[in-house]
Amino acid sequence: MAWKKHEYDDIPGTYVFDGRRSHQGYALNKMAFSFNNEENREEFGRDKAAYCSKYGLTDAQTAAVLAADFLSLLRQGGNIYYLAKMTTYYGLSIQDAGASFQGISTNEFKTKLVEAGEGFEEKLQKLGGYWGG
Amino acid sequence: MARIIGGVTSSHIPAIANAMTQGLEQEPYWKRFFDGYEPVKQWLAEVEPDVAIVVYNDHGLNFFLNQIPTFAIGCADRYENADEGWGLKTLASFDGDAEFSWHIAESLVNHNFDMTMCQEVLVDHGFITPMALMWRHLPKWPVKAIPLVVNTVQHPLPTAKRCYQLGQALGKAIESYPEDLKVVIFGTGGMSHQLQGERAGIINVDFDLQCIEKFIDDPEWLTHLSNDEIMQQAGTEGIETIMWLVMRGALPAKAKLIHKHYHVPISNTGAGVVVLENTQEQ
Ligand SMILES: [Fe+2]
Repeated sequence: MAWKKHEYDDIPGTYVFDGRRSHQGYALNKMAFSFNNEENREEFGRDKAAYCSKYGLTDAQTAAVLAADFLSLLRQGGNIYYLAKMTTYYGLSIQDAGASFQGISTNEFKTKLVEAGEGFEEKLQKLGGYWGG
Repeated sequence: MARIIGGVTSSHIPAIANAMTQGLEQEPYWKRFFDGYEPVKQWLAEVEPDVAIVVYNDHGLNFFLNQIPTFAIGCADRYENADEGWGLKTLASFDGDAEFSWHIAESLVNHNFDMTMCQEVLVDHGFITPMALMWRHLPKWPVKAIPLVVNTVQHPLPTAKRCYQLGQALGKAIESYPEDLKVVIFGTGGMSHQLQGERAGIINVDFDLQCIEKFIDDPEWLTHLSNDEIMQQAGTEGIETIMWLVMRGALPAKAKLIHKHYHVPISNTGAGVVVLENTQEQ
């Protein structure tokens, strides 16, 4: 028995959420899914470790939840859309999480995004026909 | 007979929903992005659709990982939005059209697309953000809405080619419905972005613009790319752009370009808007 290898496994810094990860992270993501409900978020807030154990998280997953270490949770099968429910609980945006994955500040992360888009308006003008040129 | 009047592509990210809730449209960060939707709103006001089919992915509100359909369609007369734990304002419910939905579902299944039929769907930001972008200025939603949900969350995902073919079958399904309805299709999501991992924050303007240009004139272009290749280019969450092809497949290969708009960055993404009109006689 083995998990199939995929081309996307070689994309650096990337944890494609496939059957292997979904299997590994099922309990963790199920707990995060429960955060759709405000009462559940409050219950989590009253005793985080107890809430993790109620959902059957591993010790390593529980430790990462308590530390709000989202890169670790990603590596342990967390799905980014489900983890976002948890980052929101911790008062962090998806950009804060993105910055934390790289160990940089959110402002640095945002600057990188702006830089990645630099010169786009000239490209639109070259192609022609875009709104606002 | 029902007729597809055209299609619109749009981002659906929650940051946009938040910006609308907080009335930030004219802030420098947002202004260019939102202003580029004015021609879309104008076009919609002119063509007056009766029904909007919204192609999007659920991000963990209606579907949990215990059961993820590859393609699902709402078959109800009403759809609710709800708390998805992302801190978004919950919007008013949407009227559906169960008879039309069931017709579409049946036609799709008969054309070998084995849809999951849903008589309750909680619609998340992927659905409500485009609806709000188009019509938040009105006192109530001016159309009936039908959610068409594509799995872009848990791999294996459908291929771009399969999404395009679903769109072709969707076109047939719509245009074989006997009621005189004007239908618009929203292909939502994308464009390039990656939310997860150390690679988070990539944006690929050249790929986004190539996608837009090909989307308009050479709609099968993206169907020749594998999901691996698309994720390489556009990021793991940029794969959502395959949902545009459901909209594109429903329209004729030659469709009239009404509007194209691109802005970057919007939160973590490149945001692309394309409006295509169906000028073909039925
Ligand atoms: Fe999305």
